[in-house]
Amino acid sequence: MAVRPKVLITKIGLDGHDRGSRIVAAHLRDAGMEVVYTPPWQELAAVVKLALEEDVDVIGLSSLATDHLIVPKLMTKLRAAGLGDVAVIVGGIVPDEDEKALLDAGVARVFHPGAPLESISAFVRDAALRVRAARFPAQEA
Amino acid sequence: MNQPLQEPVPASIEDAQIRWRADYDARIGMDRQVNNRSGIPIKPLYTPLDVDAARFDADVGFPGQAPYTRGIYPTMHRGRTWTQRQLVGLGTPAAYNERLRDILGQGATAVSLIPCNSVFRGYDMDEVDEELLGTCGVVANTADHMATCLDGVDLARTSCAMNDPSPFTLLAFMLATARRRGVDWRAISGTSNQSDYLSHFVANHMFFRIALPGARRILTDHIAWCAAHVPRWNALSVVGQHMQQAGATPAEAMAFALCSAIQFADDCVAAGMSPDEFLPRFTFFFDISLSFFEEIAKFRAGRRIWARLTRARYGARDPRSSRFKFHAQTSGVDLTRQQPLNNIARVTAQAIAGIFGGLQSMHTDAYDEALSCPTQFGARIAVATQNILREEAHLTDVIDPLGGSYYVEALTNEMEERIAAVMASVEASGGMYRAVESGMVQRLIGASAQRHQEAIESGAQTVVGVNAYQVDEDAQSRPALARPYPAQIGAHLREFADWKAQRSSGTVAAALDDLARSAGAQGGDNIFGRVVEAAAVGCTHGEICGTLRRELGFGRPLALV
Repeated sequence: MAVRPKVLITKIGLDGHDRGSRIVAAHLRDAGMEVVYTPPWQELAAVVKLALEEDVDVIGLSSLATDHLIVPKLMTKLRAAGLGDVAVIVGGIVPDEDEKALLDAGVARVFHPGAPLESISAFVRDAALRVRAARFPAQEA
Repeated sequence: MNQPLQEPVPASIEDAQIRWRADYDARIGMDRQVNNRSGIPIKPLYTPLDVDAARFDADVGFPGQAPYTRGIYPTMHRGRTWTQRQLVGLGTPAAYNERLRDILGQGATAVSLIPCNSVFRGYDMDEVDEELLGTCGVVANTADHMATCLDGVDLARTSCAMNDPSPFTLLAFMLATARRRGVDWRAISGTSNQSDYLSHFVANHMFFRIALPGARRILTDHIAWCAAHVPRWNALSVVGQHMQQAGATPAEAMAFALCSAIQFADDCVAAGMSPDEFLPRFTFFFDISLSFFEEIAKFRAGRRIWARLTRARYGARDPRSSRFKFHAQTSGVDLTRQQPLNNIARVTAQAIAGIFGGLQSMHTDAYDEALSCPTQFGARIAVATQNILREEAHLTDVIDPLGGSYYVEALTNEMEERIAAVMASVEASGGMYRAVESGMVQRLIGASAQRHQEAIESGAQTVVGVNAYQVDEDAQSRPALARPYPAQIGAHLREFADWKAQRSSGTVAAALDDLARSAGAQGGDNIFGRVVEAAAVGCTHGEICGTLRRELGFGRPLALV
């Protein structure tokens, strides 16, 4: 059975620029994925709750104006909720030194401005497959 | 020495055009279809046949004369160049003041203040994640903070733009500062940037704080209050920039801005104001993309539509009511993270388009904007770019230097038609307020953003360093990042807590009660007047916004993909 990845596309923190998150969400949807999309300014607890209730494989966080600085806090909360296996990706304006901090905090990948949409959907599909395989090892065909 | 023409002179321009077309078709091979970002097909050549010479007086005319196609003032940049207004916002009020003085010393001529995103969201510094404080703007929550931000700035002589969404607390803090310094409010000039709540609901949601009906009421109150108390203040800046940065085409962005202006003007008329009382203080704010001629035509067409509209729809008689004053900012969306120094070239081209478009005020983006909040180094180059264009490149010697170009005049006409068509569809759906409430505008913008993205992904639109001419880059070559020192922010937080503890809680509570009652009443009392009073007696930004949020509802944009 083909895996249909399920992705949450959201924005945490204070910024409201959503061109990037809307474009990526529309692209993933058009690429056949199930997309849960939220407006900006989600509380960290709300993201954790949504990820749990919607049973997503991947969380995509869009950041334009430094909101990526609280991603490590979100990672801690996800692990505390038993969602440490969900792949978290970040897209947007992330300076190099901050990218390293995000990867150290457990973020799977950071996409910078100019990243082709195909590279994002390919990564999300692979990440979702890995998450599913780890969750349901018996069903591996 | 000139050789005599060997070829026979064609009998007419039509004959010459037919001959050129045949030569062109024979040599070009497969001609590529060229459309501008607004979807207008662009021909390889424009000639006198593309413009109607008989319409010159009515459509083009002279600068300073309706329909102002060639500029809103008789002298334009030959007389006075644009206001060089760089956005500055950083860390603590003291750090902001230091950067501001540096920029003013480098040639900037006006103040602009960008507050921290926590301020944009309507919160005080002690209500949000500390990690985010001061990373993108100055953490100003009180009149005292504003006094520090503007230390050494002559408020009676410096135009101040506050990036200050409804309920306009930053202006209230500035007025409190002016009163303490003994500066007459009637001498104060500047603009309430980000007063256009419709653009915030549609696009740059960062600025959206209060639900649509409340935001609508506060804006009308703000315009009326400023007209009475701060007459040189531009209470309204209608923003097409957010829409275009979110993906709208240049024609759509201009159309949406004009439709928003109509909505605000209709609301002012409904509130009993006379058009010639408020229209002279309407200003606009636009994006300048890299689509060079399209941007120039966009601005020329916008001026023409506004001049006709203010007369036809509102019966404006004061010429100032029909002058389309605008600030413009070079487009950040067009900048790349790859080979970031290339952005200096992009910003330069964008800025020239804005200058030829006849702008009154400009912000040039720093080249490092796609990497981080701009560094001081990047900000200085952005200012220098304007200085070079203004004083070295001879761009300002002639007014509207592209006026009369067959291409620019024809494109101005076509952009005007395209803008008018979008405006008609918004009007048909009940006006801008209804069109954003229903999500119609957001959907159009989303579709245009996707089309632009597809053009980049397919390579139809070249982006140097992204989909063409890539080079291997060394991360070390990217500029180092400036962040406010966490220690400074920590001290700022502690001082804020101490200051709050020492305030007269009774005075603050009474002012907030008055504000709540004003908002709770169905009109009759000016809400912004109460904001000004609350700010003067020590209420904080978060307290004022929180009170209005409780009374008028919190704004959430539509989630549309």
